[in-house]
Amino acid sequence: MDLDPEDVFKDEEDGSDNEFFQQSASSKEYVVYLVDASPKMFNTTCPGKDQKDETHFHLAVSCIAESLKTQIISRSYDEVAICFFNTREKKNLQDLNGVFVFNVAEREHLDRPTARLIKEFDCLQESFMREIGSQYGIVPGSRENSLYNALWVAQALLRKGSIKTADKRILLLTNEDDPFGGLLGAAKADMTRTSLQRAKDAQDLGISIELLPLSCPDEEFNVKVFYADLLGLDGEDLVQFMPSAGQKLEDMKDQLRKRMFTRRIIRRITFDITNGLSIQLNTYALIRPAVPGAITWLDSVTNLPLKIERSLICEDTGALIQEPPKRFQPYRNENVKFSMDEISEMKGISTGCLRLLGFKPLSCLKDYHNLRPSTFVYPSDQEVVGSTCIFIALYRSMLRLKRFAVAFYGSSSHPQLVALVAQDEVAKAGVQIEPPGINMIYLPYSDDIRDVEEIFPDTDDDAPRADEDQIQKAAALIKRIDMRDFSVSQFANPALQRHYAVLQALALEEDDIPETIDETLPDEEGLARPAVVKAIEEFKLSVYGDNYDEERDFLGKGKVGEASRKRKTIVENAVKESANYDWADLAENGQLKDLTVAALKTYLSAHNLPVTGKKEALISRILTRMGK
Amino acid sequence: MLYRLSRFLRDHYVIWQNLLTWGGKKKEKPGNGQQFSNTIKSLPHFSVSPLSSSFKFQLTPQALLSLCLLGAEFTRSSMARNKEKLVLLLDVGPSMHSVLPEVEKVCSMLVEKKLIFRKNDEVGVVVFGTEETNNDLTKEVGGYDHIVVLEDIKVVDGDLIDTLQKLPRGTVDGDFLDAIVVGMDMLIKKYKDIHKGKKRLCLITNAVHPIKDSLEGTKEDQVETIAAQMTAQGMKMESVVVRGRLSQDANKRIMDENDRLLSIFSKQTLTRTVYVDSPTSLLGALKTRRITPVTVFRGDLELSPDMKIKVWVYKRTQEEKFPTLKKYSEKAPQTNKFATHQVKVDYEYKTVDGASKVVPPEQRIKGYRYGPQVVPISAAEWDAVKFKPEKGVKLLGFTDASNIMRHYYMKDVYLFIAEPGNTRAILSVSAIARAMKEMNKVAILRCVWRQGQQNVVLGVLTPNISQNDKLPDSFYFNVLPFIEDVREYQFPSFNSFPVSWQPNEQQQKAADELVQMLNLAPSGKEEALLPDYTPNPVLERFYRHLELKSKQPDAAVPPLDGTLKRITEPDPELFFENKSVIDALRKHFELKENPKLKKSARRLLREKPSGSNDEDGDADVSDAQAVNSIEKALVVKIEKIGDLTPVQDFEVILSRRDSPEWVGKAIKEMRDKILGLLSDSHEGDNHLIAVECIAALRKGCILEQEPEPYNNFLRYLNLYCQQKGMSNFWQLLASRKLTLVSKSEAADSDVTDNEARRFFVKTEPKPKD
Repeated sequence: MDLDPEDVFKDEEDGSDNEFFQQSASSKEYVVYLVDASPKMFNTTCPGKDQKDETHFHLAVSCIAESLKTQIISRSYDEVAICFFNTREKKNLQDLNGVFVFNVAEREHLDRPTARLIKEFDCLQESFMREIGSQYGIVPGSRENSLYNALWVAQALLRKGSIKTADKRILLLTNEDDPFGGLLGAAKADMTRTSLQRAKDAQDLGISIELLPLSCPDEEFNVKVFYADLLGLDGEDLVQFMPSAGQKLEDMKDQLRKRMFTRRIIRRITFDITNGLSIQLNTYALIRPAVPGAITWLDSVTNLPLKIERSLICEDTGALIQEPPKRFQPYRNENVKFSMDEISEMKGISTGCLRLLGFKPLSCLKDYHNLRPSTFVYPSDQEVVGSTCIFIALYRSMLRLKRFAVAFYGSSSHPQLVALVAQDEVAKAGVQIEPPGINMIYLPYSDDIRDVEEIFPDTDDDAPRADEDQIQKAAALIKRIDMRDFSVSQFANPALQRHYAVLQALALEEDDIPETIDETLPDEEGLARPAVVKAIEEFKLSVYGDNYDEERDFLGKGKVGEASRKRKTIVENAVKESANYDWADLAENGQLKDLTVAALKTYLSAHNLPVTGKKEALISRILTRMGK
Repeated sequence: MLYRLSRFLRDHYVIWQNLLTWGGKKKEKPGNGQQFSNTIKSLPHFSVSPLSSSFKFQLTPQALLSLCLLGAEFTRSSMARNKEKLVLLLDVGPSMHSVLPEVEKVCSMLVEKKLIFRKNDEVGVVVFGTEETNNDLTKEVGGYDHIVVLEDIKVVDGDLIDTLQKLPRGTVDGDFLDAIVVGMDMLIKKYKDIHKGKKRLCLITNAVHPIKDSLEGTKEDQVETIAAQMTAQGMKMESVVVRGRLSQDANKRIMDENDRLLSIFSKQTLTRTVYVDSPTSLLGALKTRRITPVTVFRGDLELSPDMKIKVWVYKRTQEEKFPTLKKYSEKAPQTNKFATHQVKVDYEYKTVDGASKVVPPEQRIKGYRYGPQVVPISAAEWDAVKFKPEKGVKLLGFTDASNIMRHYYMKDVYLFIAEPGNTRAILSVSAIARAMKEMNKVAILRCVWRQGQQNVVLGVLTPNISQNDKLPDSFYFNVLPFIEDVREYQFPSFNSFPVSWQPNEQQQKAADELVQMLNLAPSGKEEALLPDYTPNPVLERFYRHLELKSKQPDAAVPPLDGTLKRITEPDPELFFENKSVIDALRKHFELKENPKLKKSARRLLREKPSGSNDEDGDADVSDAQAVNSIEKALVVKIEKIGDLTPVQDFEVILSRRDSPEWVGKAIKEMRDKILGLLSDSHEGDNHLIAVECIAALRKGCILEQEPEPYNNFLRYLNLYCQQKGMSNFWQLLASRKLTLVSKSEAADSDVTDNEARRFFVKTEPKPKD
C-alpha cells in the first residue's frame, strides 16, 4: 500500500483522520425502498409488546422511518426513494398502475433525505388509506403486474449516477411469498417469466435486489416459491434468507433494521502471517463515535455558506508564503528544520500491512490497554484464494486456546501494535448480535500509558483494604442493583438526540422543539425500592460507620485535606468579616472606593469570586455581582 | 526568624548525620557538620563556631539581611513546582556492555524530551562499575570505589546528551547499592530536604553481582535503613533491571538475593521496579517523558442519592502524539538574527458569489448540516436549547462482566481512585472493587466530568485490585458506545461457508500449533511486547533524528534499528525456533491469486525477483530489504530489458502497475530478447541465459494469466529450432520442463494437461543431417 502524503498529516491538520470517523461523499449509496402495500400487509399482524399487535405494513414503514433518521445523521450523502406497490392510486414517471412513489416538496424522487421527508413520512400512516390506498395489483383476468411495474419504476429511479461511484440497491419489503399465487396456467407462467426477466435486467445493470421478507405468525415466508429465482439464490445462500416464523415483533424489527445497512469496507489490508503467507482481510468500522456534523460558516445576512481561505503569512516580514513551508522544532537553542518528505519518511515505518508478531493469552490484554475504538476484520477470498480458510483456522484456534494475536499494523497515520481478538458469533432469536470475526484493538505504547505511581500521592503507611464483612456488604449491594439484561449500546446519546431534534425543528421552521428523553439517567425508582435502600444503608454503615461527615472526615494525614480546609477557613473568615459592612448601602452611595482592598476582598471571597486585579476591577466585580 | 533558621539548619544537620551513619555501612565521618559550616561561612558577615554538635550564631544586621535572602532563595526554588530533580545511576560494568547502546539511547532520549518539554528539570549522572573512582563520598568518608559522577546535578543542556551518548565502558562489577547512596548524597547535598516528591533516582542495572557486605547487620538491614532515609527525604526511585536473554548465565543465588533487596525498596518506598529481558523493553521501560497527572473529575461517585464516595479521576492512557511542529518561514533575511521564522496562519471567510467579499466575524453564523440542508443557529440560540447535563458521576447499575465485550471499549482509559487521604472512601472503593472482582461483575456509570460539558459519557467501571501494599485499590473506566455509535452489520457465519473454505483437521492442527508455539508470553520469562514497556518507534525515530539534525542539519532520517524493528517485525529468533511449525502451516495451506480478478487489481502475492536470494528467508531481516529493493527498482522505472539482468528487468516491468500496457510490453520485449540471444549465440554460449529467460517468461505468463503469448512463442521456437538445427537447445528446454502452459495453470489456456506433458515428446525435432 502506498503512503498517501495527505494521510500522514491528517492528524496534525484537522485533529481526526477521516478514514476513522467520517463518511466521504465518494462512496455513495442509492437505495429504493420497495414496500408492498397490499391488503395482506395490513391484515397480518405480529404480536408486539403489551398485547398490542402491529400490522406488517406498520412494521415496514416504521423501520424505514428509523433508518432514514439514522441515515440523515450518519450517511447523509446517500440517496433514497420510497416506493409503494399494490396501491390504489398511482404516481410515477412511467405512469404505471399500482405503483406510488412517495416524495415531498423540494426533493427529487431519488435524493438525499431531508427533514421534511422524515417528518411527512412519519405522519404517512394516518393518511395512507385516504391518499394512496391499498389494492392488490395482480388479479386474474387483468394484464396488470404490479410487481413488474414496481421493479421497473425502481430501476428507472436508479438510472441516476454511475455504478462505479455508487452502490445501487433495491430493498423489497413484502409478506407475500407467492405474488402470482392467485393466477393460473399460462398467465401465471407469463407473469412470472416477465417479472424474473425484469429483475435480471436490473441486476445486469449493477443494481442489487434484496428481499426483506416478513413472516406471518402461522406461516413461514417461503423464499423458494418465487423469490429465490428472482434474487438468483441457491443452496447455501438460501438458508440465510429464511426468517423463522412467529417471530416476536421486536426481533423482526431488529432483523429488518440490521438488514437495511450495507457493510462498508473501510480498507482492504494484507495480513502477513509469515514470510510468503499473506492473506487478504477487509476491515470494517463497526464502532465509531457519532458526532454532530461539521460546522459550516454562513453569512448571517444571506444564509449562504462562506468559503474559507487560508493564507500563511511570515511573521517577520509579513510576506505571503506560497509553497508549503518546512516545519521546525526549537531545540538546543536553534530551530531544527524538517521537510514534509522527512516527516512522512519518519512516520512510514512499515509497508501498510498487518504483520503477525506472535500470540499471548487473553489475560495479558488489560483493561487499560486501549486508546481508540476497535476495528472489525473479516476475511476475503476476492484477491487471494485461500485467505478465508487460514483465517477461520487461526480464528478457531484462538477462540479455543483463549489467546489473542499481537500484530503490527503499519497504517500511514497511526503505525501501531494491535491485539487481534477472535469474537465468536452470538445470535439471539435469529438475529445476529455479534458477528464472527476478529476485532483489532489498538494497543498503547509505553509513551501513552501514565504511571500509577505518579498518580497516587506519597504515603508512609500501607493503603487501607476493605475487610471481609465490608466486601460481603458490597456484594449484597451489587446483587441488588443488578442490570441483568444490560447490553452495550442500549442507550441513545442524549446530546446527539437533542442536537438533531433541534436541527429538525429549525429545518422545518417549527416553533417548539420537542423534548428529548435522557435515557442515561439512573433509575431513581428502582434505587428507592426498600430492599435496595436497605442494602445501601448496610454497606454505608459498614464502610462509613455511624456518624460520618463526608465533607470533613479525613482520618489520614493527607495534605489535600489540609489545603481544602484552609481554603474553607478563609471563606468562613471572609463571610464573618464582610458581614461588618453594609454592602448594598456602600454600593448605593458609591462608597466602595473608600474601602481598603483587603475589605473589598472579603466580600469577593465570601461570594466565591476571584480576588485578583486592581481596585477598580474588584469594585466593578462587586457591583456586577450585586446586579448593578 | 532566627529560631526558625537555626531549627532549619539543625534539622539538616541531624538528617545529614543520619545519612552518614546508617547501619554499619558508612564509616565514621571526620569533622561532621563541615559541610554546613562551609555553606554558612561562605555567606558574608556571618560566622559559625561549631561547638560540639550544635551551632551558635553571632548575628550582625547585615547577616540578618543575608539570612532573609537565603530564606527567600529557598522559598523561590521550592515554589517552582514540578521541577524534577533526577539522578541517573547507570551500571556500566562489563556484563552490561551489550545493552549500553540502548541505555545510551534511552537516557539521551530522556534528556532530549526534557530539553523540549521540561527545560527547568535538573539531572545528574552517576556511572558505576568503572575502573576509576570519582565522587564526593569517597573523598569525604572513603569507600565507594568504582563510582564516577559523570555530571553533577544541573539544569538540563545539550552537553548532557553528548555525555550520555558516550558512556564509558566499565571494567569492574559495580555495586548498585553504593551507587544509590552516592545518588542520594548528591540530592541531599544539593536540595537539603526540600522538593519532597520531586527528587528521583533512576537505576539501570542487571543486578547480577553481589553487593558488598556491611560491617554491621545484614544486607537487608542496610537496605531498609537506606529505604527509610529515602522515604524521609521524599525521594522516589525507578529501577530498571535488565535480565533474561540479556544477562547471560549469572549466578542464580546472587540474582535472587539482589531481587529480594530491590523488592525491599518497592515495598518501603515509592519505587517502580521493572524487569526487562530485551533491549526493546529497555527502551520502553523508562518513562522518558513525565507528565504531571491532572484530575479529570473530583467529586462524588453516586451509588444512590444517599450513598456517595469521594473519588478523583485521572487518565490512565492518553496517546502521546507526534509533536506538532511549527511552520518555518524562510522569508526573513539571513542577516536578521532576531527573526522568529514563525508563520501565522490567517483565515478569511469570503462570500462564494463572484465578489468574494470578506465577511467580518460578527456577520458570520454557524450552520449545522442536516441532510442536504444547512441550518443556521446563532451561539445564543444554541445555548438556550442545547443539552445541558448536570455535573456528576452516577451509577446506573452492575452487570455481568461477560455482557461487556472487550472491543466495545471506545477511547483512552480513565482511572478512578478514592480521594487521597480519605480512609473511608478508600475502604468503600476497596470493598466494591473486591466484591466486583469476586462476583465477576462490572459497573455501568454515567459521567459528566465538568459543569458545562455538552454531552454525557457512558462507560464501564472494572475493578483494579492493587498488588502493591502502598497503593489503594481502584477502578478502570472505559467509555462504551451509544446506539448511534454502533453499526450493526451482519456477516455470514463461518459455518455457512462451503466446505472448501473450511479448514480440515490437519489444517486446524497446524493453526493450533502456531497459536500455541508462537508465544510472546512464555511462563518464566518476561512478556514480550508488553504495551507498558514498548516504546513508540515513530517517536523514538523523531527524537533521534532531531538530535542528529541539531548537529548536522542535513542528516537523513535514521533507519529503524534492530531494537525498534522488534516492534514492527516478527522476532527472527522466535520464528526460527518455531520453523517447523511455520513450515507445517505453509505446507497445509495454499494461497493463490484469484484468476478471475482483473490484472490491474492484483497487488498481493507478487513474487520476489529471482535475483534476491531469500528462498527460505522466513524470519529473516532481509525480507524487509527485499521489499525495499522492489520498491527501489520501481522508482528507477525500468522500461527496457537490458543485457545484464534480463530476468530481473522483465519481472520489474511486469510488476509495474502504472499502466496496463506494461504486461504486454514486458512479454514482447522478453520474446525479442530471447530470439536475439539465440541468434547471437556462438556455440550455444547464450543458451543457458536464454533458457533462464524462457523460464522467467513462462512464470510471468502464468502469474499474469496470459498463456497465449507463451504458448505461441514456444510453438514458434519449436519451428525455429527445427529450422536452425538447435536440437540440443530444445532438449535443454525439455529437461527444464518448460512446456506449454496448460489449462490447470492458467484458465484461459486451450492446452490440456496431457497435451502439455506430451508436447516435448511429440515435437522432438529430428536431428537434421
